[in-house]
Amino acid sequence: MNSEPLLLATPSGDALELRPEGPWIAANVAKLETLSRSVGVDVDRSRAVTLDMSGISALDTLGAWILEKLSRKAASSGRPAEIVGVADHFSGLLEEVRQVNRHTLAPAAAPNPVLLRLSDLGKSTVGAREDVAIFLQMLGALFMAVIGIVRRPRSLRLTSLVYQLNRIGFQAIPIVVLITFLIGAIIAQQGFFHFRRFGAESYTVDMVGILVLRELGVLIVAIMVAGRSGSAYTAELGSMKMREEIDALSTMGLDPVDVLILPRVAALVIALPILAFIGSIAALYGGGLVAQFYGDMGPAIYIARLHEAISVTHFEVGILKAPFMALVIGIVACSEGLRVKGSAESLGRQTTTSVVKSIFLVIVLDGLFAIFFASIGM
Amino acid sequence: MPEPQDEFAIRVHDLVVGFGRQTVLDHLSLDVRRGEILGLVGASGGGKSVLMRTIIGLIPRRSGTIEVMGRPIDGAHDRSRAAIWGILFQQGALFSSLTVRQNVQFPLRENLLLSQELMDEIAIAKLEMVGLRAQDGDKYPSELSGGMTKRVALARALALDPPILFLDEPTSGLDPIAAGDFDALIRTLQKTLGLTVFMVTHDLASLTTVCDRVAALADGRIVAIGPMRELLQSEHPWVRAYFHGKRSQMLQHEMR
Repeated sequence: MNSEPLLLATPSGDALELRPEGPWIAANVAKLETLSRSVGVDVDRSRAVTLDMSGISALDTLGAWILEKLSRKAASSGRPAEIVGVADHFSGLLEEVRQVNRHTLAPAAAPNPVLLRLSDLGKSTVGAREDVAIFLQMLGALFMAVIGIVRRPRSLRLTSLVYQLNRIGFQAIPIVVLITFLIGAIIAQQGFFHFRRFGAESYTVDMVGILVLRELGVLIVAIMVAGRSGSAYTAELGSMKMREEIDALSTMGLDPVDVLILPRVAALVIALPILAFIGSIAALYGGGLVAQFYGDMGPAIYIARLHEAISVTHFEVGILKAPFMALVIGIVACSEGLRVKGSAESLGRQTTTSVVKSIFLVIVLDGLFAIFFASIGM
Repeated sequence: MPEPQDEFAIRVHDLVVGFGRQTVLDHLSLDVRRGEILGLVGASGGGKSVLMRTIIGLIPRRSGTIEVMGRPIDGAHDRSRAAIWGILFQQGALFSSLTVRQNVQFPLRENLLLSQELMDEIAIAKLEMVGLRAQDGDKYPSELSGGMTKRVALARALALDPPILFLDEPTSGLDPIAAGDFDALIRTLQKTLGLTVFMVTHDLASLTTVCDRVAALADGRIVAIGPMRELLQSEHPWVRAYFHGKRSQMLQHEMR
C-alpha cells in the first residue's frame, strides 16, 4: 500500500487518463491540493478525461471531494469525465459527494463603505435612543415596584435584600477601605510634596478633606461598586435569562422586577452611601497617617485643621450623590443583564457594556451634581 | 478507509471510574466492533455519559485500559486524537462566537493545512451531507433550532472524517420526525463513511432501528450486550425492567 498519495496523468492524444493512487485522505490534504492543481492545465487542454480510481487505497470525504472537483472541472466545459475502477466500498461516498455543492451561493454584494459608515451611524443613533428608553423603562418599573411595596410592605423581599446587602455592602468593605485609604494617602503625599515649595503645607489638609468628602470618596467607591457588583448583577441576570429562569418567574405570575431587580437595586442604594462614608473615613485616615509620617504634622493638628477646613456641607454634598449613583449603577447593570441573548459571547459583551456604561454615567452624574451644588451655593 | 488491522475499534478492559467515595464504573469491559453502531443504554445517572467521557479522555480513570483503534488512550490531551474520533455532545456544544461554517471548519483549520477555498467547499459539503443548506453556513448557533444544532454538531464531528463517532443522546430534545430523520442520517453516514458509531441513548426507536448491537449498563457494568432481539430476551432484572416496562411495551407493540 502506498503511504503517499499520487496522481498519475497519462495523456494519450486528446484524451487524458488520471490515475489517483494511495491514500486520498484528509491527513494528506496539502499534497492532494498540490496534485489536483498540477493537473488542472492538462484537464483543461484535453478532450476526454478518464478517472481511474482503482489505485486508491483509502478515501474520505475530503479526498472524494477533490476528485469530484476534478471531474466537475472537466465536465464544466462539456467533456464529462468517465470514472472507472471504483471499489465497492468507495462508491457510496463518491455518489454522496456528487450531490453536494451543486448550488453556488450568490456571493454577498460588497457593501459600499460610505453606506456602511452611514448605516453604522444610524444604527448607533437608534441604539442610543433605545438605551435611553430602556433606562427610563427600568426606572419606571422600579418606581412602580416601590409604590407596590409602599402599599403592601409585606411584599418586600427582605431575605433577598439582606442577602444582597451582605454581598455587595458588607463583603465589599475590606477592598473599599483598602483602596480609599491608599487614595487618601496618595493625595496627602502629593499635597505635602507640592505645597511645601511655597510653604502652604497646612492647606494640604483642606485639600484632602474637601476633595475626599465632596468628590473622591463617593466617586471612587461608586466606580469600584460598578466594577465589582454591577458586573456581578449583569452576569447573574444574564445567565438567568439564558437558562430561561426569568421566563419561568414570569409564567408563575411574578414580576422579575419585584423579585430580582428591586432587591438588588435597593441593596445598592442602601449600601453605596454607607460604603462611601466608610471609604471617606478611610481616606481621611490615610491622609492623617501621611501627615504624621511624611508631613511632620501630628494627629492633633491634623484633626484640628480638618475641623476648620471642612463643614458638614462638604460631607452632605458627597453623601447625597451616593444613592443616585447607586440607582444608575443598578439600573444599568440590571437592564444590561436582561438584554443578554442566548450565547456566552453576548453575556460577556453585555457585562462589559454594563461596567463601561455605568462608570461613564457615574462620572457624568458627578459632573452634573457639581454644577448643581455650585449653583445652589453648597 | 484503512484496512482493518483488528476487529475492534474500541476496547475497554476492567475499567474503574469513580468520584470521591462513589464508584460509577466498576471493572467494566466493553468491545466495540469496527463498522458497527453500538447503542449504550443505562439508568439516568448510571454512568453512560461517564463511560463515554472516560473513553474520550475527559474523565480520569482509577484503573483499567482503553484502546481506541489499537492505540492506548492515556488521558493526556493529544492533537492527533481529533482525527480518530468525532464527538456529538448532547447540547451540540457549538462555539457560539463562530458561524456554522466556521464551526465546521474549526477542526480542519486547526489540524490541517489547506486553502480557504477548499475549506469552504468541504464545510458546505459536510453541511449538505448532514441535510443542511449552504445558506445555513452563515448563521450563528443561537439562531438554530434544536434539530439543526444537532446536525451542525454532527457535521463538525465529521469534519476530519474520523473513523469513530461518539453520540451523546443524539435524538434527545428532537420531535419524533426530526429524531427519525436524524437516525436515518446517522445510518446513511455510517454506511457511506464506514464509521464506527458509539451512541448513548434512551430512545428505544433509535435502538431498534439503527443500532447493530445494544449494550446495557447497570450497577457500573455491562450486564447485557447483543442485538436488540437478544436484549429483549435477557433475564437480567434491570434490562427486563428497561425493555419490558410500560412505556417500552407500548412502543414495541406499536412497532410490530
